[in-house]
Amino acid sequence: MANPVLLAIHLDGDGAHPAAWRHVTHTPAELLSGRRVQTIVTQAEVAGFGIITFAGGHLPAGEAPNITARLDPVQQAAFAGPITSRVGLVPTIPATFVEPFHTANQLASLDHVTRGRGGWIITATGTPTEARAYSQQPITDEAALRQEARDVLTANRLLWDSWEDDAVIRDTATWRYVDREKLHYADFTGATFSVKGPNYVPRPPQGQLVVFGHDGLLDPTEVEVTIVHGTNIAAIIAAAASARERGATRVIADLEVILDSRGVPAAERLATLDASTVWAAGDDPRIVGPADDLIAAIRELAAHVDGIRLIPAVIDTDLPELQFAVLRPLIREGIIAAPQTGATLRETLGLPHPANRFATAS
Amino acid sequence: MTTTTHRQIQFGVFFQGVNFSTIWHWPESGSQTDFESFRRVIQTAERGKFAAFFLGEGLRLREHLGKIHDLDVVGRHDAMTLEAALAAVTTHIGLASTLSATYNDPADLAYRLASLNHLSGGRAAWNIVTTHNAWTGENFRRGGYLAQDDRYTHASSFVEAVYKIWDAWAADDLATSPQAEAWSTGSHTVPHQDGYYDLEAVKTLPPVPGARPVAFQAGDSPEGRDFAARYADVIFSAHPELNDAVTFSRDIRQRLVAAGRPEDSLKIFPGQTFIIADTVEAAQEKARHVLESQVTPQTAIAYLEQFWGRELSSYDPDGPLPDVDPVVAVTGSTRGSGFQLAKAQELVDKWRAIATEKHFSIREFVIHWTSQGMGRGLIGTPITIADQIQRYADEWAVDGFNITPWLVPSGLDDIVNELIPELQNRNLYPTDYVGTTLRQNLGLAPRD
Repeated sequence: MANPVLLAIHLDGDGAHPAAWRHVTHTPAELLSGRRVQTIVTQAEVAGFGIITFAGGHLPAGEAPNITARLDPVQQAAFAGPITSRVGLVPTIPATFVEPFHTANQLASLDHVTRGRGGWIITATGTPTEARAYSQQPITDEAALRQEARDVLTANRLLWDSWEDDAVIRDTATWRYVDREKLHYADFTGATFSVKGPNYVPRPPQGQLVVFGHDGLLDPTEVEVTIVHGTNIAAIIAAAASARERGATRVIADLEVILDSRGVPAAERLATLDASTVWAAGDDPRIVGPADDLIAAIRELAAHVDGIRLIPAVIDTDLPELQFAVLRPLIREGIIAAPQTGATLRETLGLPHPANRFATAS
Repeated sequence: MTTTTHRQIQFGVFFQGVNFSTIWHWPESGSQTDFESFRRVIQTAERGKFAAFFLGEGLRLREHLGKIHDLDVVGRHDAMTLEAALAAVTTHIGLASTLSATYNDPADLAYRLASLNHLSGGRAAWNIVTTHNAWTGENFRRGGYLAQDDRYTHASSFVEAVYKIWDAWAADDLATSPQAEAWSTGSHTVPHQDGYYDLEAVKTLPPVPGARPVAFQAGDSPEGRDFAARYADVIFSAHPELNDAVTFSRDIRQRLVAAGRPEDSLKIFPGQTFIIADTVEAAQEKARHVLESQVTPQTAIAYLEQFWGRELSSYDPDGPLPDVDPVVAVTGSTRGSGFQLAKAQELVDKWRAIATEKHFSIREFVIHWTSQGMGRGLIGTPITIADQIQRYADEWAVDGFNITPWLVPSGLDDIVNELIPELQNRNLYPTDYVGTTLRQNLGLAPRD
């Protein structure tokens, strides 16, 4: 049997269905509170999820009449840090328009406040509306977006390594707090920006945060985790094989889910939700049905991927179903693995602590 | 004793991080990076009913004679990321981040600050600073684009843009139940055009009702003070000494009235250090020990090098001030704001005169000079310090003090355990938080 897979859950507003907010018991204001973040992340961790991903982007979550606001994903992940102990916390941050230096320091701090459980889903969008908000030029050409993502990622990796792990020496013989030979300028120049460095935040506990990239935006060799897509399970399995052939270290796949809940069949729940706003199909399979349908899909995928990210339609309804009807039996069977308390995200994924690119062998 | 006023004093804590005021080499000196250090400091402060926890900013590691300065604490956290984590382990204390108006983007900063405000239930604050040096700009897409003379006009444009973005979302635009027709109403984009910006921001978050992020300001120049009188809710001033504080607060209140604001609508919190012991003599001895620990022999030499602009390592820290002259006319900008743009020769001549008159060695002189510059601090027993604080309250010289602990993470312990109960007994300090938002706890008017 293959190694157990890790399950991830994607959090965005009240869920992936645009009308999800109409089928919850809390107010819109409560959605935007720390208490709400606390409730959901602790429930997800207790359920056995190994990773929580937080949606993010330049523009609000959706369009009227549905949710048009979203808390900053880095802050949600940081807020979750001290109140969780094993789940990986992974915000989505675009490479475009925002400052690579700010992103590198935010993510380094995230890794410190989560004790090495930080990650990053890097995206790249450059629509005219987004560009206008930042007084910048749109980037719509796919090649230019890929280049910007690659440059921003390279700059981040250099900045995270700009401190060696043992740079702080507190040496009372010379009264030096830091050994400046172990601090390095990044001196990166990309297509649209340059950055000097070093970071002002010391090297993240993981050395490098775990970077997640959608296959296509970045090459599988450039990231720790490649997110693959396919509209059915067979297509995902093929995409995973292709990513591995191209050098992917770890591969995860996305599944949208809406489950039977409290006697209401999933198809009926979906029809009710769709009556308000239709949940448009995306690049990923959608499991609409009893928990067993999802269990079957996970079993089928388990031999081919390292992780599966579930994208629930309505978090408040689907997360308890996932916890009790899906994760609990699959953990018992050893099909999926919950992370160990205190493990870093790299440890949970079986990735080594990376060498520092600037460190000289001594 | 009776007094005509019953003003109370509040405390904030400034987690300084960098600069030599933080002693990193004592046995009890803790990590400057580990989250547990921050958790302990902020939870101690919250136990002491502090109004706010305050973080500085440094967008490039400081350099000394062209190399990264290695004698002080180096490294700090991204302020809002750390504060989002701290929001999860606190309930009432304000979370203030120093944020450059020059090297942030209005849409991005407005979003992130509003987000922290939601996560913390209305406890976010920003300290608006104006970075103008191109050296820092090397870390950013725009590079060093701003001239020194333009920094306050630019900062005004920046703040106006942020406020426009926040104002665009009225509190009642957000639905109050899942049964509403729409989750939110109102238009979506916010134009901002002037000499500095031409943008159309997309509004991203509603306000926390009544709890707009509190604006701090620390600039001390006339333009800085006018900027504060226009925009700030709190001034983090550099005038802790009583007479100076009285003069400063009068000046600020005049500027406030001129700007059309009530004179109590801006709270003045100078930076302050407390050194507490069981007797006044023991406190003086402790203060001496703290200063000697802060100004190590190497730090004393490096301090002079920054103004001389040349290496002085051949000089004895226990000997007289260097007999050579400075090689720079004006000091640079790479060691932080405390060292910027001083007229070197003028200062050096003055320093030599002081050192000669008082028979100071290099290290003694630096200890003397920097303790003047930073403020000697309030030194004594809880009772004698409370007596001093009483005078600040009686004269309305300050609204509070932003305390810079010289030790992390234990630096607030004696203040919270010994000084605050004495102040509370005298009704000089709040015995509890009056509300849940920072505006409420600072006594500021609600604003969406």
